Amino acid sequence: MSFPLFLEQLFNGIQLGMMLFLMAVGVTLVFGVMRIINLAHGSMFMLGGYFLVAGLAVTGSTLPGLVLALALSVAVAVVLEIVVLRPLYARGALDQVLATFGLTLFFNELVVVIWGREPLSLDIPDFLDGRVELLPGLSYPVYRLAITGVAIAAGALLYLLINRTRIGALIRAGSEKREIVAALGVNIGLLYTLVFALGAALAALAGMMTGPLLSIESGNGDPILILTLVVIVIGGLGSVRGALVGGLLVGIFDTFSRVLLPQLLGLSTGSGLTSMAVYILMAAILVYSRTGLFAANRG
Amino acid sequence: MNRRALLFAVLLVIAAAVPALGSTYDTRFATQIAIYGMAALSVDLLLGYGGLITFGQAALFGVGAYAAGMLTAAGITDALIVWPAAVLIAMAFALVIGALALRTSGFQFIMVTLAFAQMVYYGGQSLRSYGGDNGFTVARNTLAGAAVLGNHVVFYYVVLALLVAVTVLAGRVVNSEFGLVLRGGRDNERRLAAIGFPPYRYKLVAFTIAGGIAGLAGALMANHASFVSPALMSWQMSGELLAMVILGSAGTLIGPVFGAAIYLVFAQMLSDYTEHWMLFFGPLLVLRVLLVKDGLWGSLVRLANAGEAPAPPLDWGPEAAE
Repeated sequence: MSFPLFLEQLFNGIQLGMMLFLMAVGVTLVFGVMRIINLAHGSMFMLGGYFLVAGLAVTGSTLPGLVLALALSVAVAVVLEIVVLRPLYARGALDQVLATFGLTLFFNELVVVIWGREPLSLDIPDFLDGRVELLPGLSYPVYRLAITGVAIAAGALLYLLINRTRIGALIRAGSEKREIVAALGVNIGLLYTLVFALGAALAALAGMMTGPLLSIESGNGDPILILTLVVIVIGGLGSVRGALVGGLLVGIFDTFSRVLLPQLLGLSTGSGLTSMAVYILMAAILVYSRTGLFAANRG
Repeated sequence: MNRRALLFAVLLVIAAAVPALGSTYDTRFATQIAIYGMAALSVDLLLGYGGLITFGQAALFGVGAYAAGMLTAAGITDALIVWPAAVLIAMAFALVIGALALRTSGFQFIMVTLAFAQMVYYGGQSLRSYGGDNGFTVARNTLAGAAVLGNHVVFYYVVLALLVAVTVLAGRVVNSEFGLVLRGGRDNERRLAAIGFPPYRYKLVAFTIAGGIAGLAGALMANHASFVSPALMSWQMSGELLAMVILGSAGTLIGPVFGAAIYLVFAQMLSDYTEHWMLFFGPLLVLRVLLVKDGLWGSLVRLANAGEAPAPPLDWGPEAAE
């Protein structure tokens, strides 16, 4: 593997890793504060893509379309949190996964009813089209650089939000002892809605940004959700830092195994086999640590 | 307990009468219910008795189906060899997956089982000589050299007999000392470890047994549908098996078979009405979880026992752990 090719794959891996981070941080924050596993998180990724298609059709330009799509995603998340999630907080894990699994089935079918079974495609916005020469012999798509940049910016904003603002302090306090936070007079219900909407918005953003790279179709969030759960198992449930490290690890590992494994094993192996590589990574990390690399304090 | 046995007997008679009273279609539908019921029962063995929420049982169901299909394609066609082999292969997969997944617990266990099932799913997709993503058709197995399994009625009775055998066997397992330890681990793992029973080993044995049962159901499915594809191992299938257990009552073994019946009848009714039946099924599953406490079998038993002293409430799984 030549050095420019290596760099190109490394950038691809970081880009996938940052998308997985955007997904994982939502799951892990929602778990950290509300102690719930939300299997419908993949639906928010899928809806993000569809909402962007709708937003672009309505507004006719990129930025307003993006804002409209984000607003729609947040609106759906708020309704979901109030109607379905809230009664689940007091329930066991089984009820939580079954109910949120039911939501996934619903959304997968809903998009078929609204947009049809044919996959939709999104175009890369004109101002991000094309490639840029990073090094002699390495030209890289501008769009991939841009979405990686947006994801890094979103991560940085999230860091500031959690560590430097009052809401962040409440989120951190809520993930330690939510009863005490509620007892201190904080509107814990509002905090829950906020955290859920934040996670959903990040998932939808990931879905929008990967829209032009993958096709937008019913159920396209499901494999991403499962990969996100792998990230969380590796990084440690409830840890934002774990979501970042796990996301990058899985993203880079997955990208390189897709390039290298067919070369090592001969070209006859199917794409399915290379898809299995990250799960082997997860198994190895489980042998090393039962709770992932950065297990959050769950006291 | 007597009334429960009576209820069981009555339902068995009804099940046995299906080919005599119904059409070929009904018999095939009942066969499908029995097969999914067996797979759901294997989930219940883990969920209802071990408190283990597995979101990956479809992988073992699919491994059994693939093992049966691939052996048959290789020319080994007799059910007496193929089905036990499918069970053993599924158990081997369960042993490896369980050994890793059982290192975790609670939410992580759900995620890890889901992840490994997805890995097996991709493994099925990568089998290009077996149709890859599209799957492959499977010839029906012979039974002791005789090509009788192509007959819908014969196959139905074979499946029904195996389901009864598996139910009885699983019943003996959960009522044995092993089952007692398993339930002990479900209720309080730390206390169990303190009196000298390492929970990990017991859970791993249970996971492996459940994998074998799911594998048998898979081998039967390969025969029933004459077709095997990665869709059998999808995460939706794992979720549907869990839903069947809950619809029927967890921790009862026979309840999940009813759950399978409710699920499949319901799916059939809804899909007759609209191709977008998932649009209604998804919210119904949410409502079922939010509003109803017990599954069908639990309600039936409570009805049959009305007037007698109430059974102690079923205290299992995650609620107990919270």
